[in-house]
Amino acid sequence: MPDMGQDRHADFRAEIAAWIDENAPASLRNRSFSEDDICWGGKRWVFRSEDQKTWLEACAAKGLTAPTWPEAYGGAGFDRAQDKAFREELDRLQVKKPLDSFGLWMLGPALLAFGTEEQKRHFLPQITRGEIRWCQGYSEPGAGSDLASVQTWAEDKGDHWIVNGSKIWTSYADQADWIFALIRTDRDAPKHKGISFMLIDMESEGVSTKPIRLISGKSPFCETFFDNVRVPKSYGEGLPAIVGEENRGWDVAKHLLTHEREMIGGGGSGLTGGRSVASVLADEGTTDPVILSRAMKLGVDELAMNLTLERYKDMAKQGGVGNASAMLKYYGTELNKARFELLMSAGGSDALAWDGEHGTLAPEWLRTKANSIEGGTSEVMLDILAKRVLELPGQ
Amino acid sequence: MATLILTDDETMLQDAARGFLDGAAPVGNLRANREAGRAYDPDLWGEMVRMGWAGVLVSEEQGGSDMGFAAANILSEEMGRSLVASPFLSTAVIAATALRRAGRTAALSAIAAGEATYALAIDEGPKFAPDATSMEAATSGNGFRLTGAKTFVGDGASASRILVLARAQAGLTLFDIEAGRTGVSRDKLDLVDSRDHAAITFDGVEATGEDVVGDVGGGLAALAPALRAGQAALAAELTGLSAGAFEMTAGYLKERKQFGRHIGSFQALQHRAAHLWSEIEVTASTIINAGRVLDATPDEADLAVSLAKARATETANLAVREGVQMHGGIGMTDEFDMGFYMKRARVAAEWLGDYGYHAAVVAKARGMAA
Repeated sequence: MPDMGQDRHADFRAEIAAWIDENAPASLRNRSFSEDDICWGGKRWVFRSEDQKTWLEACAAKGLTAPTWPEAYGGAGFDRAQDKAFREELDRLQVKKPLDSFGLWMLGPALLAFGTEEQKRHFLPQITRGEIRWCQGYSEPGAGSDLASVQTWAEDKGDHWIVNGSKIWTSYADQADWIFALIRTDRDAPKHKGISFMLIDMESEGVSTKPIRLISGKSPFCETFFDNVRVPKSYGEGLPAIVGEENRGWDVAKHLLTHEREMIGGGGSGLTGGRSVASVLADEGTTDPVILSRAMKLGVDELAMNLTLERYKDMAKQGGVGNASAMLKYYGTELNKARFELLMSAGGSDALAWDGEHGTLAPEWLRTKANSIEGGTSEVMLDILAKRVLELPGQ
Repeated sequence: MATLILTDDETMLQDAARGFLDGAAPVGNLRANREAGRAYDPDLWGEMVRMGWAGVLVSEEQGGSDMGFAAANILSEEMGRSLVASPFLSTAVIAATALRRAGRTAALSAIAAGEATYALAIDEGPKFAPDATSMEAATSGNGFRLTGAKTFVGDGASASRILVLARAQAGLTLFDIEAGRTGVSRDKLDLVDSRDHAAITFDGVEATGEDVVGDVGGGLAALAPALRAGQAALAAELTGLSAGAFEMTAGYLKERKQFGRHIGSFQALQHRAAHLWSEIEVTASTIINAGRVLDATPDEADLAVSLAKARATETANLAVREGVQMHGGIGMTDEFDMGFYMKRARVAAEWLGDYGYHAAVVAKARGMAA
């Protein structure tokens, strides 16, 4: 197949690989992965090493913490093929990612789609440089699957809002600098039509957080309380506190949820780690035919799901996936839970320790139980598929 | 690597195939064939030959359309959607692939022209196990004498020629012989899918070196590419079958009323339908992948093909079970088409290797000692 672009792509790959090789510190180059290796950034961030800081700064200067964002906002302006080549070269050279954050995954894409030019120019580079760490304030004690029934309320006081209420499952809120949250700004409108997507400084008076201890023993999530918090309507010229239109925050949230589902379904969040099923089976010398047959079936399904993620990426490039992304979230998370159930069975009593022979398999297994709850439960995903994709009748 | 979505040319082929089959071969044709006691409609096959489907894997020099494996899968998938019975899989996919590898140009011309149809006689017991073939190809003068019994031979009663695997002194060997040769007797098997299957006995059938496809003792090697192509096309057929069954079922959920409302508004059924749709989507990825891998690296396609056949087998099984259950009583009637889908899915699940056979290939490729 003649492809005039082939040489250009090869040049790009060679160039970016050479740059990585030259700039990535040796201490950040190995196959091991633990949550402690992640660089989250933010005002309160304590770098794990001088190398971690150097690597973040080198990448940020070239826009490589957010390779696909425009250069004007701190990105590198890469197209999908370039981005893929960059990620593959990082992986091949066994180099850790310079930065991970909710700003990169969630707020950035929301601002790129709905933000004002000033919002983009102000907030995005702070994210790409790892200066501001964001958290997400969506769910509330009374608004889980029924997210649009959020009650946290912003009372209009002219040039500012007074916010009261509480959010739950705010990831790492106790370490975040700012929060992007779904806040009710019109209590009389239908529930989807009175919500705004609001940006709030976590240092504001009246904001407090409390970590939630999970069954896995970890506390990645917090409750976040807003007690008469004063939020200015504008942070400066062209910098409203609200992203998109007032009372149209649900549109922004829906856009982001689709994005999040693709990511979770693709193993982007909490689905990786752990050891391969084959290696655990081999180590344990498993001969149990039931475990082996479960492993065979899982192997088939995992390969098929990986191909599906590739196919959906190709589809997205061609014009979009839409609500079908709910399938990736549903199938990917259920598969991941099945995988960890099998790993636990294969590991036997060796796998039961909090921190034992098999590393941290037990807490990881427990953590996977949230996969099919966070970002929309499996049941909500099936509802979306039934109603929006299959167009089955409503009640 | 090509992308996992159809190219414009492939979409055109799919649309053309669907348009043709919707008009010429709806599911009702299978019922008509059954009532008429024939395995397939020869006029329909004649049309397919004219459209280049018989020569889909035959080079243009031999009169084929040479569209490749991904294209063959597309045609097979569309046939699966409305349960079209034809010699396509045995002749145009399996036999054409084996004969092309062996450079047997005259046979290929006959396939592309619709002058020959083939059956692959390989199974000797209830499960697919080519390695365990025991049928004998005894040395006889300069040639062989074939003696033994084959069963579950797809298209075996109607084919004009038979590819048969037998054990010679040098090892397993693949022969291409005409179905009417002395000593060949064929018994039609009346299987649940109302298609052509046969038990074939070979009673000292004489064969010469000319009849050997590939090398003497190299039967498995000669057969391997053909089996991969056939397994992939059968997986594609099963995926079309799943989509066809699902379409009928989703349509019924939107139309049937009980308790004063559409049954498709009940969440219990909605979630099962959405789950089934998800399984079909995930399986569809393995089908297009198998076509891509077969076209790019046909000798390194074991994993891709077995993945597709395993997934397609399981997904079709779910699709037809849900299809019958969600249709309720009418799904159990012979008058309604869903039963045809269930019966074909069961037969295709066993043909050319069942779920366990192919899942084991996948496990082995992934480094698991199965």
